[in-house]
Order: sequence, then C-alpha cells, then structure tokens
Amino acid sequence: MKPILAVENIASSLVTTLWTPIFFAIFIAIVTYALWPRNKAAFDEAASMPLREE
Amino acid sequence: MSASSSTKSMTIGESGLSLIFAVTAFLCVFAAAKALDTAFAFHASLAAAASAASVFFILNRYFERGDLPPQEINGRPNYNLGPIKFSSFMAMFWGIAGFAVGLIIASQLAWPALNFDLPWTSFGRLRPLHTSAVIFAFGGNVLLATSFYVVQRTCRVRLAGDLAPWFVVVGYNFFILIAGTGYLLGVTEGKEYAEPEWYSDLWLTIVWVVYLLVFLTTVIKRKEPHIFVANWFYLAFIVTIAVLHLGNNPALPVSFFGSKSYIAWGGVQDAMFQWWYGHNAVGFFLTAGFLAIMYYFIPKRAERPVYSYRLSIIHFWALIFLYIWAGPHHLHYTALPDWTQTLGMTFSIMLWMPSWGGMINGLMTLSGAWDKLRTDPVLRMLVVSVAFYGMSTFEGPMMSIKVVNSLSHYTDWTIGHVHSGALGWVGFVSFGALYCLVPWIWNRKGLYSLKLVNWHFWTATLGIVLYISAMWVSGILQGLMWRSYTALGFLEYSFIETVEAMHPFYIIRAAGGALFLIGSLIMAYNLWMTVRVGEEEVQSPVALQPAE
Repeated sequence: MKPILAVENIASSLVTTLWTPIFFAIFIAIVTYALWPRNKAAFDEAASMPLREE
Repeated sequence: MSASSSTKSMTIGESGLSLIFAVTAFLCVFAAAKALDTAFAFHASLAAAASAASVFFILNRYFERGDLPPQEINGRPNYNLGPIKFSSFMAMFWGIAGFAVGLIIASQLAWPALNFDLPWTSFGRLRPLHTSAVIFAFGGNVLLATSFYVVQRTCRVRLAGDLAPWFVVVGYNFFILIAGTGYLLGVTEGKEYAEPEWYSDLWLTIVWVVYLLVFLTTVIKRKEPHIFVANWFYLAFIVTIAVLHLGNNPALPVSFFGSKSYIAWGGVQDAMFQWWYGHNAVGFFLTAGFLAIMYYFIPKRAERPVYSYRLSIIHFWALIFLYIWAGPHHLHYTALPDWTQTLGMTFSIMLWMPSWGGMINGLMTLSGAWDKLRTDPVLRMLVVSVAFYGMSTFEGPMMSIKVVNSLSHYTDWTIGHVHSGALGWVGFVSFGALYCLVPWIWNRKGLYSLKLVNWHFWTATLGIVLYISAMWVSGILQGLMWRSYTALGFLEYSFIETVEAMHPFYIIRAAGGALFLIGSLIMAYNLWMTVRVGEEEVQSPVALQPAE
C-alpha cells in the first residue's frame, strides 16, 4: 500500500490544484504590467516600431 | 572535406552540413534498396538525390563566395533577403497548387465522375493534399518569409546563421514535397492536418528546431532593446507548433524501411491528442503566426502606429493561456468525458474576447488613415482579412457550444467556417503581406499594377462570399435534414437524399473556389511582372535613422 503522505503525492496534488491560481496570478500580473501608467510612454513608442525604419 | 585552396576557410556549418548530407545521401540509397514498399523507396531516393544536391550546392557556394557577407554595411544592417525571396516564391507556387487542388476536389463532390476511378486522384487522397498545400505549404512559406523579414527589420540585425536560414526554407519545402507526394501514393497516418508519416515528421522536427534557433538567435542579438509584438506572436507560433508536432506524432514505424507506422496513443487519448493538436494548429499556425503579419504589415502599409500596444500585450497572453484548452470542442458527443467537452466549449467561448482584441487592434490601427482604403487595394485586402478574422472568430465560439454543435458538426457548415477563416483571414492577410513584401525584397518602387490588385481583391472576395454562403445554407440544410423525424418517429430523410440536396451548393462552392483561384493567378502575374519589369528603388545614401 502506498503511503498517503508520500512526497510525490503531495507534490503532484499541489501541481494539479495550484496551477489555476498560479496561471491566474501570472495573467493578472501581465495585465497590470500592460496597464501600468508609467509603462505607457514606452508602449506608445513601441507601437510605432515598424514605422521607424529607413 | 578540406577544400581550402585560398585564405578563406570553410565554416563549421559548411563542412559539417556537407558531411552530414553526404552520409545521409549514402544512408538514403541504402534505405531505398532495402525498402519494403514503393512509396518508401521513392521517398528514400528523393531524399538521397536532395542530399547529394545539397552537398553540391554547399560546396559550390563555398568555392564561389568570397568572405562571408558582413553583418552591417555603412552602419546599416545587411539584411539577408535570399531565403525570404525563396519562401515568397514557393508560397505563391504552393498557393496556386493548393487552390487548384481545392477546386478539383470541390468539383469532385459536385460531379463524382471526376475521381476518374483512380486511387491517386480520388477525393480521399487529394483532400489532405489540398489542406496541407494551402495551410502548410502556402501558409507556412508565407510565415517563413514574413517572419524572417520582420524579425530582421524590427530587431535591426541580419538574420542569424549563414546556411541555417537556407536549411530552414529549403528543408521545409522538401518536407512538403515528401508529405504531398506521400498522400498521392496513399502514405498517411490518417490524422487530420497531421497526415505525414513518421519519416517526414522526423525531418520536419529537425527543420523546425533549426527554424526556432535561427529566429531566437536573431532576437537575442537584436539592436533594438524592445522585442516588437509581432516577434512575440511569431515566437509563440514556432514554439507551440514544435510542442504540438511532438505531442501528436509519437509513432512507432512497423519497419525502418517502410512507410507505415502506428501512433503511440490509443483510443480516446489519441482523439484527444489529435484535436488538442488540430485546434492549436488553427490557434498558433493560422492565428498567432498571421496575427504577427497583421501587427507588422498593417501599421507599415497604413503608416500608422499600432492602435493599442497595451491591448496587443493583453490579447497575446490571453490567447496563449486560453487557446491550448479549446481542442475538445472537436469531440462533442463522442467517447471523450463530458467534463472535457464542456471544458473545451467554455474555453472556446472565452477565446472570443482575445480574438476580437486582435481584430479591434488591427482595424483601429487605421484610425486617421481610413481614406487609404479607397486608394490602396493592398491595404483594403489586409483590412478585409481582419474583418474576416473577426467574423470567423465569432462563428467559431458559437459553433463550439454543444447545442449548436449538435446541428453543425459533420455538416458543410464546418467547411464554410473553416474557409471564411482560411480564404478570408489567412488568405487575404497573406496576399496583402506578399504584395507588400515582394517590392521591398526585390527592391522595387512599387507593384507592377495596383489595378490588377483591385481585380484580384474583387474576384477573390466574390469567390469567398459564394463559397461561405453556399456552405452555410447547405450545412444547416444538411444538419436539419439529418435530425428531422416523421410523426411516427422515423428519420424523414435517407442519407442519399441529403447528399442530393447538397448538389446545387457544391456547384456554387466550386464556382467560388474557381474565382479565388483566378484571383491568385492574377496575383502571380502581377508579382512576376513586379520582379521582372518593375522600376528599381534608388537606395537613399543616408544612413539608417537612429532610433528615437
């Protein structure tokens, strides 16, 4: 019989239950980064990158 | 292999690749001799000939060349355009071939006698030839050409590698050749959009890894601090296609000298993997890759910045997080567990938002430049492609809803949906990109004729409208006929009655396909004349403007 509290059991159940909040947190972080007011200038400049070639 | 007669010496790539190809040529001759079936013998011989030719070309190129091309000339990046020209040419070639085969199989459905009772020309073999030719051969070459162009331009560096980009573009087209001739000879894994057999799959894996390395190395050595959003989309496309290809194709060949193999996955797992692959091929090959094209070519052509760079970041990551789960909507009401089907449906509906984020960003980039739609048919083509993208990414989530799917699945509605995306979105954005790219890379002032672009636009648009409206009507008609019962509870129509009802729509669809093919022939002529007789652009002597 397998012990219920074996390290691999804990690890695998953590991975299978935690990915939803982890992915959600990563996505929220990305949205925050995209909407952060101080980044606006840099993004506005990046928006015209194709036009800045010779 | 030592061939240094002067001061120049062979690069590791040149000596290594010619050695590898020499060995491969020998191994392929051996495999052809030991082959268990004729198709395998044919493909091994082709590979032997191609390997020998590669050795010849690499050595010949070495003896002809002086030093390696410089990274910069007068402080300006010395862009590598050769492989891009090759891919653009191949894109046009495979596009016409793929559209023509599409017209043939559409006509076969309307007039079955056109199967000619021959195995090689039967619908079952020509259909994967059509889908692969348009998606992977035409679309793939457009993506290769544009990605190599855009990554150099927006990173302001020469493409990484000397032989590697050539290896990618020629190697990829050799994969297409092997896969396509295989279908005609009956060599197939039978997995939709993943039909190539084990040896073509292995070859594609090698080519794709080199593609990733070339792209990534170019990004890493960039002179621009910021990685432009188009490159993010290209990178997502390259990385995900690699993962999908490996996940869906772990096959065990019956023999190393035969074409037949068996997939490692069994039963419903195989179906799940197949549609995880299949739908993400749509998401990352036909969407992410072509959105990259949109993000570079529409701002460039409209001479307007990307409407909202923030939106581009958010909808990029939303697409990445959501798309990968949508595959099960291809398996509604099958042996796949119910919760998995519902999961696929839910994620497909959520995908509507990031898809429309992309559409809004593409369309709104024209803010302040809408008048250009009147005068520039190329820009019109690009913009209409984005409109089709918006339409088909609304239709897709709707069709993924289980009750809608119970009517639409297995009917022509699906075919219509796919083609509004494929002809309208992927086709038009590719045409628009090629119309921009060809004058740029061949250093021409402009296209040979904008009038012909206009003709192409209207012919193809009419073709698409005929195609998709015919398939909507026929698909819904078909679905309703299949599910209609008599008062006594018997099915009202036999299957053959539903087939008969499709006949007029199949003719209209074939007519639409013919118009689309004619449009592409007009385009090929226009591009050919642009390269042949187009006026050369005079390079301005001033150096590249410094980045602001």
